Amino acid sequence: MRVEGYGLVDRARPVRFSFDGQGHEGFAGDTLASALLAGGMRLMGRSFKYHRPRGVFTCGSEEPSALMTVGDTPNVRATVQEVFAGLEARSQNAWPSLKWDALEVNDLLSPFLGAGFYYKTFMGPHRLWERLFEPVIRRAAGLGALSGARDAARYEKAFAHCDLLVIGAGPAGLMAALVAARSGAEVILADEGARMGGRMLLEDEEVGGLPGTLWADEVLAELAALPNVRLMPRTTVTGAYDHGTYGALERVALHLPDGDAPRECFWRIVARRAVLAAGAIERPIAHPGNDRPGVMLAGAVRGYLHRYGVAAGKRVVVFANNDDAHRTVQDLHAAGVRVAAVVDSRPEVPRDAPWPVHAGAVVAATRGRLGLEAVQVRGAGREIWIEADCLAVSGGWNPALHLTSHMGARPVWNEAIAAFVPLPGAVPGLEAAGAAAGVMDTAGCLADGLRAGKAALKALGRRTKAVSLPEAVAEVGGIDAFWQVQAKGRAWLDLQNDVTTKDVALAAQENFRSVEHMKRYTTQGMATDQGKTSNVTALAVLADATGRSIPATGTTTFRPPYTPVSIAAMGAGALGDGFAPQRFTTSDSAARQRGAPMIEAGLWYRPSYFPAPGEATWREASDREVGMVRQAVGVTDVSTLGKIDVQGRDAGRFLDFVYTGRMSTLKPGRVRYGLMLREDGHVMDDGTAARLNDGHYLITTTTAAAGQVMQHLDFVAQVLRPDLDVSLMSVTEQWAQFAVAGPRALELVNAVTDAEITDAEWPFMSCGAVPVAGVAGRLFRISFSGERGYEIAVPARYGESLWRLLVAQAEMLGGGPYGMEALNVLRIEKGFLTHAELHGRTTAFDLGMQGMLKSEGDFIGKAGAARPGLLADDREQLVGLRPVGAVKQLLAGAHLFEAGAEAVRENSQGYVTSAGYSPTLQSYLGLAFLKGGRARLGETVRMVDHLRSVQTLCEVVAPQVFDAGGGRMRG
Amino acid sequence: MRLPCPCCGDRDIREFTYRGAALARPGEGAGIDRWDDYLHLRDNPAGAVRDLWYHGGGCGAWLVVERDTVTHAVDGARLAAEGL
Amino acid sequence: MRYSAFEILKQGLTGNRGWKPVWRDPVPKDEYDIVIIGGGGHGLSTAYYLAKEHGLRNIAVLEKGFIGGGNVGRNTTIVRANYFLPGNSEFYSHSLKMWEGLESDLNYNVMHSQRGLINLFHSDGQRDAFARRGNAMINQGDDAVLLDREGVRRHLPYLDFDNVRFPIYGGLLHPRGGTARHDAVAWGYARGADSRGVDLIQNCEVTGIDISGGRVTGVQTTRGAIRASKVGIVVAGRSGQVAAMAGMRLPIESHVLQAFVTEGLKPVIDHVVSFGMGHFYISQSDKGGLVFGGDLDFYASYAARGNLPMKEHVMEAAMTLMPVIGRARVLRSWGGIMDMTPDGSPIIDKTPVDGLYLDAGWCYGGFKAVPGSGFSFAHLIATDRHHAPAARFRLDRFRSGAGLMDEEGTGSQHNLH
Repeated sequence: MRVEGYGLVDRARPVRFSFDGQGHEGFAGDTLASALLAGGMRLMGRSFKYHRPRGVFTCGSEEPSALMTVGDTPNVRATVQEVFAGLEARSQNAWPSLKWDALEVNDLLSPFLGAGFYYKTFMGPHRLWERLFEPVIRRAAGLGALSGARDAARYEKAFAHCDLLVIGAGPAGLMAALVAARSGAEVILADEGARMGGRMLLEDEEVGGLPGTLWADEVLAELAALPNVRLMPRTTVTGAYDHGTYGALERVALHLPDGDAPRECFWRIVARRAVLAAGAIERPIAHPGNDRPGVMLAGAVRGYLHRYGVAAGKRVVVFANNDDAHRTVQDLHAAGVRVAAVVDSRPEVPRDAPWPVHAGAVVAATRGRLGLEAVQVRGAGREIWIEADCLAVSGGWNPALHLTSHMGARPVWNEAIAAFVPLPGAVPGLEAAGAAAGVMDTAGCLADGLRAGKAALKALGRRTKAVSLPEAVAEVGGIDAFWQVQAKGRAWLDLQNDVTTKDVALAAQENFRSVEHMKRYTTQGMATDQGKTSNVTALAVLADATGRSIPATGTTTFRPPYTPVSIAAMGAGALGDGFAPQRFTTSDSAARQRGAPMIEAGLWYRPSYFPAPGEATWREASDREVGMVRQAVGVTDVSTLGKIDVQGRDAGRFLDFVYTGRMSTLKPGRVRYGLMLREDGHVMDDGTAARLNDGHYLITTTTAAAGQVMQHLDFVAQVLRPDLDVSLMSVTEQWAQFAVAGPRALELVNAVTDAEITDAEWPFMSCGAVPVAGVAGRLFRISFSGERGYEIAVPARYGESLWRLLVAQAEMLGGGPYGMEALNVLRIEKGFLTHAELHGRTTAFDLGMQGMLKSEGDFIGKAGAARPGLLADDREQLVGLRPVGAVKQLLAGAHLFEAGAEAVRENSQGYVTSAGYSPTLQSYLGLAFLKGGRARLGETVRMVDHLRSVQTLCEVVAPQVFDAGGGRMRG
Repeated sequence: MRLPCPCCGDRDIREFTYRGAALARPGEGAGIDRWDDYLHLRDNPAGAVRDLWYHGGGCGAWLVVERDTVTHAVDGARLAAEGL
Repeated sequence: MRYSAFEILKQGLTGNRGWKPVWRDPVPKDEYDIVIIGGGGHGLSTAYYLAKEHGLRNIAVLEKGFIGGGNVGRNTTIVRANYFLPGNSEFYSHSLKMWEGLESDLNYNVMHSQRGLINLFHSDGQRDAFARRGNAMINQGDDAVLLDREGVRRHLPYLDFDNVRFPIYGGLLHPRGGTARHDAVAWGYARGADSRGVDLIQNCEVTGIDISGGRVTGVQTTRGAIRASKVGIVVAGRSGQVAAMAGMRLPIESHVLQAFVTEGLKPVIDHVVSFGMGHFYISQSDKGGLVFGGDLDFYASYAARGNLPMKEHVMEAAMTLMPVIGRARVLRSWGGIMDMTPDGSPIIDKTPVDGLYLDAGWCYGGFKAVPGSGFSFAHLIATDRHHAPAARFRLDRFRSGAGLMDEEGTGSQHNLH
């Protein structure tokens, strides 16, 4: 019910929305909860386990009960969601309807469904869990449902930096921000509310002679006008991380109909100092029947009146153990809302009031199926029922100290306010102020905020500009700790998860006495609200049940995020191909133009094959391309291989230290194959080292390992060998490089170079500068195909032109471009290696390259590779395979066995790493690791692929099957 | 988390790669136990450590960072090239 | 007391007043035959199998905090046997078989759910590597199915098949893979051990290990000295500190691994899905929360909490792979301390100190190993012989280089896994 003359909503701007298909009207400035309450709605949801009717319990982000699906978004707290025209909200976890929910039957079974019941049953027979129990439980569990649609809405992430981050824009936060801002510090003031002002918006109080909301607006106006201040409303600081880093979620457009704006933005805020002024969260008293719609926190009832002009009921009973709740009584009365009774657990309460006061009394029961109808007050030895549609409860206030625990610190118990307060210094650079620090009066909060602001300025080394402290209410209400009413019936703690005081008592009875055990056994505090209103009360109940004090019982740990954060917001930007960078070669568009399917390699894309007219499968294209290279000439882009420029007086000695071979003896103009080991003696990568000049090498890495090798070389240069004069630079992206391979490769090279290339000047494994079509390029005579091969490099900006020129010229010679499929077959025919063989577990010895380990001088991995375990004869060694059985197919990933042996682990002799069909040899060929393989050439082994139901007999052969002598590439 | 790069100033941890304890590499001819120490065995303290980080997303420097593994407090960082 | 549906009915009708403590809170004795340091999953299962399989009774489990408060209570609950290297292969196979009989053995519902695990692959090379793995699993007697892209689509129609940065080529399905309720595993073993006479002693931190003449003689604790002729160290991320009490340095570095859970949702993900390119794995708990995790934060740490870059990376992986869960909200994130070995595989072995045994190095995969690890470690402690399925988990493999189990192929050096 709206109350005239109250509220900060704009009554001139009505807003139409719907709940469960029914039209409702609210005002601009309403939340879903306030608008529904204004319309007299109390039933807003169902609890998780017993499907009990639930209404709104709080007026903030701590809400455990009023959860709804808004549009496509489940589990939205109605207390936070602002209404907008056309908003569609639906209730959740109820079927067939919110009023008549079939699973309410669970409530009747509650004696059997207490804490942890599921650990004690459903234990078989085998597989019945997956087939019967689990599906039923899963369907019943959960709250809202995802829509099933791909979330393609916009989300953003951003960074921000500041001197001071103030979290919360209530009295304390505003004062801290004000003094810091006036003193010139860069300030970010973040508040989870749509409107800043914090508790000022929910109270009827004067600050500095003005109504509290006006005072807040004046301060905010001053802050907004300052260039060194960023105000961030609708922004919840969700986590405190190391070294002044905070995560924050801004609800950018959740209060608007669908439009262009991102829905949410996840901020990474780096702050030199921070003030936590997040206020406090009220807690209830656990009494029987305290979960009915209409039972609310007293501060929330007051808040709905002042902020939204909504009376939460027509006849309100207030039940409390503290003075603060009496303000709710006064404010309701002043607004003309009938207070049917005030029930205070403390015996010493003034009784001279215009409303009935029950001192030393408690609420012992309630009535009402879908909403509160009456409460039973028990005191002075008698029990009376009082009709009421709203029960406003307060058990005191807990500082919202969650962020101070995000680095693992436990809060400390403060007896005076019967609550936990932050451990000072728990998060370096962050200080709590105001109610978040346990200061519970407005004047105190203003002063504490100012103090915290000044302390931050001092830590920042800034002088403080004078800020006067406004006058405000300075009385701290009294409180006598009172947690639970001992009476028949269930008293709820965790309203969402349906955890009652009986569950906590049962946990203690079963010796789940540690607070962590209790939490996990009962699921207390594990719902969407993470127990913001219930954890401390549950702790007190546990303390009671185990005969310990609250501080001795301890607390569970608060962990980020403070309120839930959508995966989409924190994962913003990754949708589709945004997950990782995409790297494109200079020939990329040319390859795509020819219809080449591009495949991902490292972060690069490379052409799989270049389809020709009439070719139906990739195999046809690949076979043709292999034949082209073997018989004429092929061109392929090898720019993705890592290229590292190594320069300096000691470049050669440096390379001797990182390669197994010796690079210092390489003559200028020559290239050598090299193997790099990790320090543990296994092969890290292979590639070539080309000596361009005395003190200038260019080395290549595999595509996938380029970054790792660069980091490794930097490590060696800076950490292990700072004595060497060497400079390193990745030039992978600066040079486009193309391999030209085949019997007619020299003709093709000469068709694009300005100077004539001859075998006499350019023997196998030579390198040097050449002008290419008027551009200063480089030529390397190396081969990964086994054919006469060259690699031509030009600065990347000429890459595409050179590619197109090479392809055109190659086609005139009966050749053309070839892709990764053909490249793979060509190298398998030659026994050349890729990461299929260099998979990180192989040694030079395994690969048959033990001869490449120089005996003179130290190098990375030398000692590691010499360990006995890495040289054992029964290690798996690289071999080639040819199928000789009835089935002529080989499959990478298949395992090898002796011909007559059963295909089980104990008999496994090795596995196939690479396999492909060789059109050259008209046979499948494979590379494999086989136990003691080098001594088993000529043996027949059985290849078994269980997964694809293929097995065949293979002959073990040397890895180099085609042109083993290498005559073709040496030319 | 942020690390103070001597070249670049305070930078977000996402620019860095971790390597582990800053240990001296055994010289040539060191025995298998010395290598086992260097490659595998760790003090792994809960407290102060000196470890190696690579500023690959920045200046490319290898740093020795003094740090606490329990609190994550960072005491300082210097270039590894100046010695471990 | 025996748990059953009947017992629940009986207790429910009598006010649930008859439920007994699940374990006692014994005062530590001066001497035990065997002391197990660490009341996590592995320590509790070790004690349970020492009692059950070897008939030993005079055993104490010493726990610094509360039973099950370590990594067994903070993980993504995945249970699988999809390893391919000898050593790991037979061990995890054995452990999975134990899971399959665990509930009836413990008389405790650990909610082991064999809902199927799918590892996605995104290139021909990855397919080949997964084929090798799947064939190894079948060689071991376990189950594996190689799915092509359409096969993955049949199981996981909600993945983004069209736009992802790393297109889905297929997946390796491990039908017997799945999840379990992590806390229940700890409590079930604790209850089983307690009922067989094992003393579970909480809030009892070991501060020293007594060694005399190269032989362990007992431990010092915050609750006094306790003599024992055999001591097992099973403390995961704290292995380095406890081993140091015996003068040992271990091939272990402690790292933080984060995990995440969302608000409860109606069923959306029926399998365990693993996305290697994003170091991302996810399942949905029976309560409805999406439970997922990513890679290590990658710095040595004992702070059981992580930082933002890895959190964001994990969410980004989720968004590129299954944007259907974008509106799900993360409720809680936490960090565990992982005992990382150089090759990423564990250690169950004797130590150079007589009577002192070590079970450690489970890296980020210890949960699924709880039954197998406890069984094999109990066997080692009780008999002084290695249990066959765990016989390769030797401490000296790093020094010698023999029998390294580097499943990822990133190297048997620290900080590469």
